[in-house]
Amino acid sequence: MKRFALAGNPNCGKTTLFNSLTGSTAHVGNWPGVTVDKKEGVYKKGEEPVEIIDLPGIYSLSPYTPEEVISRNYILDEKPDCVINIVDATNLERNLYLTTQLMEIDVPIVIALNMMDVVRKNKTSINIHELEKKIGIPIVEISALKEENIDTLMKIAISEAKKIRKGVTVLKNSALHHLIDDVKIAFQAINVENSLFHAIKLIENDEIEVSNHKQLTSTVEAYKKTFNDEVFGNDFEAVVADARYKYISSNFAIYINKENKAEKEKLTKSDRIDKVLTNKWLGIPIFLLILLAIFHLTFSEDLFCLNAIYHFINNILKWCHLNYNSGDIFSSFGPSFANSPFEGLLWTESGINSPGVILFNFLDAITSSISDGVSSLLEEGKWYKGLIVDGVLGGLFAVLSFLPQILFLFLFFSILEDSGYMARVAFILDRIFRRFGLSGRAFMPMIMGFGCSVPAMINTRTLADDNERVATIRVIPFFSCGAKLPILTAISGAIVMQFNFPYADLITFFMYVLGMTTAVVAVILMRGTTMRGEVPPFIMELPSYHVPQFKALMIHLWDKLKHFIKKAFTIILASTIVIWFLTNFGWDWKMCEMNDSILASLGKFIQPLFTPLGFGSQLTVFGWVFAVAAVTGLIAKENVIATFFTLAVCIINLVEKNPGAYTGIGIDPEIVKEILEATEASENGVIESVAMIQATQIQGPGLISFIAFNMLTIPCFAAVATAKAELPKNKFWSTIIFWIITSYLVSSCIYLIGTWWWTSFIILAIVLGVSFAIYYFNKYRDQKLAR
Amino acid sequence: MLKKLSELDIGETGLIKNVEGEGRIRRRLFDMGITPGAEVYLRKKAPLGDPLEITLRGYELTLRKVEACNVIILVKENNK
Repeated sequence: MKRFALAGNPNCGKTTLFNSLTGSTAHVGNWPGVTVDKKEGVYKKGEEPVEIIDLPGIYSLSPYTPEEVISRNYILDEKPDCVINIVDATNLERNLYLTTQLMEIDVPIVIALNMMDVVRKNKTSINIHELEKKIGIPIVEISALKEENIDTLMKIAISEAKKIRKGVTVLKNSALHHLIDDVKIAFQAINVENSLFHAIKLIENDEIEVSNHKQLTSTVEAYKKTFNDEVFGNDFEAVVADARYKYISSNFAIYINKENKAEKEKLTKSDRIDKVLTNKWLGIPIFLLILLAIFHLTFSEDLFCLNAIYHFINNILKWCHLNYNSGDIFSSFGPSFANSPFEGLLWTESGINSPGVILFNFLDAITSSISDGVSSLLEEGKWYKGLIVDGVLGGLFAVLSFLPQILFLFLFFSILEDSGYMARVAFILDRIFRRFGLSGRAFMPMIMGFGCSVPAMINTRTLADDNERVATIRVIPFFSCGAKLPILTAISGAIVMQFNFPYADLITFFMYVLGMTTAVVAVILMRGTTMRGEVPPFIMELPSYHVPQFKALMIHLWDKLKHFIKKAFTIILASTIVIWFLTNFGWDWKMCEMNDSILASLGKFIQPLFTPLGFGSQLTVFGWVFAVAAVTGLIAKENVIATFFTLAVCIINLVEKNPGAYTGIGIDPEIVKEILEATEASENGVIESVAMIQATQIQGPGLISFIAFNMLTIPCFAAVATAKAELPKNKFWSTIIFWIITSYLVSSCIYLIGTWWWTSFIILAIVLGVSFAIYYFNKYRDQKLAR
Repeated sequence: MLKKLSELDIGETGLIKNVEGEGRIRRRLFDMGITPGAEVYLRKKAPLGDPLEITLRGYELTLRKVEACNVIILVKENNK
């Protein structure tokens, strides 16, 4: 099968074209050896199927970011049959710069001139025939979005792929052409393919090329001595880059024929949006508001705070002795709302549900009825009933129920990214990030971490600096991902029920802030100690705003959905079954009471480790459940609450059987009843958590510390595997240790301060002491180096 | 009048005269189109005064003052 590679600048519509070409056949392929994220798919509409490889978006073939190295190596080493170079017609000059480099490689190329519809709308035109003649490469006008001319593009690409094309350069008329010829012949003499490309890169003093062909650099050096350009002297890197752009801009006038008026109008449109969104005073507040709105639409049970506002107004009226109407917003609207079947699904006493919560409730209703049905089909008392209902279905549905909210978060972040706003956020926040030794670009992978750590870690490839990448990957898990959310909602819900602390969302918000603060502190510490170095550069394109495409968004979401469901049915399903067996069987492989089970003994063994964190030895005989839940979370964070459900059922059965044996463990009879009657994990897992709190007698600080530990410790299996692939080899184990130490320290601080408030002074003193020690040590070391 | 790109006022336009400095950052500036002869327009500064947003070669680019101080600009007179 023929292989075509898609290459082009970031944001030129490459992925859109890839999706139109391959339909739904796309999948993320992994190549061994390198850390790669090239997407591959198959184009089937032609006479023969063609494999399409989507390379990462790049500006140049110089080795500035890992992505550029990936694309360069792919084209040079894997030798695709044809390269389809996507060129954004609205940004011809900079896009053609990459083209001038691609055409130096001995590979057939077709230029797909994308976004011509936008160009025409702006009343500009590009003389394609002239451009084609000048460049010597076939050009096809397409619209990736509207799928215009895509089959023509493929037809031309297929016929081009049959030809042999030799690399040509736009530098053939420059002052350097003698040198280029000489070095090219030298490369040919040692049988290097793509001699022209290698020759020019060597002359450009390209890092990779120089280290690979040291023996040839002498030719370049000798020539350098005789060469002197007016502006650049003998700096060939500058001469080559300049010559490329000069070639493009000097010929540009022929190709593009624009009316200045249209150009100005286009600028003002994007400019007008920018005037508000990156405004000096409003920029940062607007960003915070958008972030808040996203979380509100996804998680709130009181949409737009209508109920809170209603109560607030009511209270004011009451205060003014005007109106004594109390109760929630719905009861005051009369009987039509009360007792409707939609209560609970669309709203609760606390207000109207957000779309995220509505979907969540809807899915929950479906999974409940499935478990009820299955449960009624199976015979009571058989061992497999427990396995199927409690183990498999219970665990699986507990995980699936979070899918809607994860998808919602992901959808919102995709919209922000596709619209071009994310780049502005990096622009706004760069100044702040620089304080921590990062660039504004590190913000994007970090905020993606709120959705899922895996794509976030892969996204760090856009960072050019190695230290910055390592630091960012290490703190990404601190940005609490979708799968950690269940732990938050379940336990904060339980705290509300158990300790009469009315603000569940406040706990959730506080934990998110805690994660971000820990990340910031950790980055500052790393950049101050083990990873000192210059602040990485920040040179980034700001794409013009456009309305996100519905189709692209849906493809994103579908990918995410598939990934999540696959995970639920593989890793999570397997681990829930294993946990069920470990809970119900003893070391003698016979079914036993849970307190004698394998899991219990393992849990009891590691339990003392968690004593300084508040969920260790100080708890009752069932205290090991927290240790076990945290460990199962290492496989997938969704497991923590799934484990709670499995264990809660077991504990209740145990306590019910021997009420005398467990004095001091009082589980509310109503909760017992509710859990035993339910066949699957309850909505949010709150009830199970309450049962757990009552059985273990854990206190508030211990619970908060438990959430913090799960948030900050080693992330799930998938994220660890990604981190291993993305990190430099010698940084992986230190990263794992870093996660363990950070989570342990932060959680124990929370527990200590929460239990004995005066310990905060001691901790503060230690923190200040350590920071001063690092500061003065660095100062001392710098002075020593300066000498 | 010659100025560093980092010293340009908002709304000023100029031609790039030279790019100083060395290494990967300079290489990146070249790759992004910051080469002698190109026209640059300082569109705005970020809320905290840095980085800068410039228009060149028909697109928007953001870079920090630290990186921009290597770029020497010939400011167009009477073009504010």
